[in-house]
Amino acid sequence: MTGAQSLVRSLEAVGCEVVFGIPGGTILPAYDPLLDSTKVRHILVRHEQGAGHAATGYAQATGKVGVCMATSGPGATNLVTPIADANMDSVPIVAITGQQSRPLIGTDAFQEADICGITMPITKHNVLVTDPADIPRAIAEAFHIASTGRPGPVLVDIPKDVLQEQTSFSWPPELRLPGYRPTTRPHGKQVREAAKLIVAARKPVLYVGGGVIKADAHAELLRLAEDTGIPVVTTLMARGAFPDSHDQHLGMPGMHGTVAAVAAMQKSDLLIALGARFDDRVTGQLNSFAPDAQIIHADIDPAEISKNRRADVPIVGDCKEIITELIDAVRTERETAKAVDLTPWWDTLKSLRETFPLGYDWPEDGTLSPQYVIERIGAMSPADTIYTAGVGQHQMWAAQFVKYEHPRTWINSGGLGTMGFAVPAAMGIKAGEPGRTVWAIDGDGCFQMTNQELATCAIEGLPVKIAVINNGNLGMVRQWQTLFYGERYSNTDLGTHKHRIPDFKLLAEALGCAGLRAESREEVDDVIAKALEINDRPVVVDFVVGKDAQVWPMVAAGTGNSEIMAARGIRPLFDEDL
Amino acid sequence: MTRHTLSVLVEDKPGVLARVAGLFSRRGFNIESLAVGRTEYPDISRMTIVVSVDELPLEQVTKQLNKLINVIKIVELEPAASVQRQLVLIKVRADATVRSQVLETVQLFRAKVVDVSPEAVTIEATGTSEKLDALLRMLEPYGLREIVQSGMVAIGRGARSITATAVR
Repeated sequence: MTGAQSLVRSLEAVGCEVVFGIPGGTILPAYDPLLDSTKVRHILVRHEQGAGHAATGYAQATGKVGVCMATSGPGATNLVTPIADANMDSVPIVAITGQQSRPLIGTDAFQEADICGITMPITKHNVLVTDPADIPRAIAEAFHIASTGRPGPVLVDIPKDVLQEQTSFSWPPELRLPGYRPTTRPHGKQVREAAKLIVAARKPVLYVGGGVIKADAHAELLRLAEDTGIPVVTTLMARGAFPDSHDQHLGMPGMHGTVAAVAAMQKSDLLIALGARFDDRVTGQLNSFAPDAQIIHADIDPAEISKNRRADVPIVGDCKEIITELIDAVRTERETAKAVDLTPWWDTLKSLRETFPLGYDWPEDGTLSPQYVIERIGAMSPADTIYTAGVGQHQMWAAQFVKYEHPRTWINSGGLGTMGFAVPAAMGIKAGEPGRTVWAIDGDGCFQMTNQELATCAIEGLPVKIAVINNGNLGMVRQWQTLFYGERYSNTDLGTHKHRIPDFKLLAEALGCAGLRAESREEVDDVIAKALEINDRPVVVDFVVGKDAQVWPMVAAGTGNSEIMAARGIRPLFDEDL
Repeated sequence: MTRHTLSVLVEDKPGVLARVAGLFSRRGFNIESLAVGRTEYPDISRMTIVVSVDELPLEQVTKQLNKLINVIKIVELEPAASVQRQLVLIKVRADATVRSQVLETVQLFRAKVVDVSPEAVTIEATGTSEKLDALLRMLEPYGLREIVQSGMVAIGRGARSITATAVR
């Protein structure tokens, strides 16, 4: 068989169900046997960036490895953004790219780009396959590396003549990765140390990150939280890891987190970080973050531990195993240690939660409130709906005002903050979870970056639902201009309101979707209900909202978390002893 | 900041040097010296990397290095517990009037002359970077025409082998 046939056989053998991609000169040989595969479905996207984000959406929704494919040169470089995105958010994807034939490599041949060199800093690993006999091993290793340890993107670059050459196929290949041995089992002594601190803490907080979802450890987390009564905060990447309806949940921490969640961390004497990485959007100014807290830091990546904040008790391992062992260790520790009463701690936190709940005001100019729209979408959609978002104000509101009860129901671009993520991600989510409702909550700025993938969705039978929170502006940038640049609005007005260009309803119809619009409070529920009923094609709803709504609470960039503002000019006084 | 010597065992694969060098520059570390060569195992290369960093950033860069799939093992070699050597070739101006003085310096440092011409001699010397610095200082007055220096290589003292435990 040819290298190309070996590639398709390898993808089938490794369990790949769907590939998002676009053919082109050098990857062409691979597309020929792909036509005959009954196990691998190929979804022809409109832009390679869409293929990459779709692979990410698929992976985040299903927990499986997402796969995207592109040709050499511009096809491959168009994958750079989604690969960087997957790298920052630790998403297991495999990107397969065509490359110029071996004799042409290094000659500046047509559509040649050194994609291995280009993606070296933004992949977990990448490899140029130079012998067709290596294809099965390269694919098996790529899937293994992408999905184990701290997950991440792996790129496999295959020259055209390697795809064309004759070779033999055997499965399973022997993996040769002498330098790759992720630690999954936590060190027993470290777990016992952590349990001691947990039992003795007066103001503990469970600081839950995306790693808990990746490790499928939500059930264990619930048990640990209920066993100990410790308050829980879930980061942007961990929304859904712990039910929002649970009384112990204080919400999201960080720049746009709840006052209770931010305050809990600031006042804590023990942060139990589980699969979280002390990102600057969570910690604010690092040297004033959680000044009195000891740190238990559990993560599968040893390089994360003590990277930003020194850990008192580091635990390297898989979150599911760590939490399971922690539950037992805490129970054992409790038998001898004196129980600490967490009631005073909870009194403080409950009072903060009641005084500063998440909320919003209706715009004074009578325009539609974006937060209301998002809240209603969350309230009216089925319980197992999966949400995704672009990046900006609408993303923060979607994280705040949709209530998440289950893991893998909130999928967004956290680390890289990639505008345009929502539509292609929704496409990938729907491909992986066809039976569930998928809502992309998008902004009018983001939507205009990647909406062409709606044509793919319409043709491939992926009826996603897109809510364009259309405020006519690059909303988050505008918010910063309002707050920090003296209301000088430089290049944030997209003209979407002024000129109705584009008309999102007509654009949706042109792309083979149903187009709806709501401009007043009265229309919102009707339009959402209508959107939920349409399942034979994608739906785009143009929610025309006011441009002056802002995301609150907010910790301004570069300031400490104690400077959190619940709303403009309203600063809860953390200096007082709460 | 203190100077640290890292021995890094890597798979002998294309691009490994770029991965390691790229990681250092990306994370803001400056490599002082780098030497790459074969080991007693055909598919394992060994890099000796000298960096000047504080203890904590060093730990971070070591952990990041460990994440590279092609990196097999990293060992920090303490100067006291290891033998560290660099090689330098020095072309120094030495006509008949000063040649004997130059040769005397060469002998003092247990270096050797590997090429000679009427106006210059080329000297080969090995040693720690301190010794080589001292030699260069001594030769400088005669006129250094050209210098080329290798990266530092280092090996732990005693019978233990870091490669043997890595391939097990």
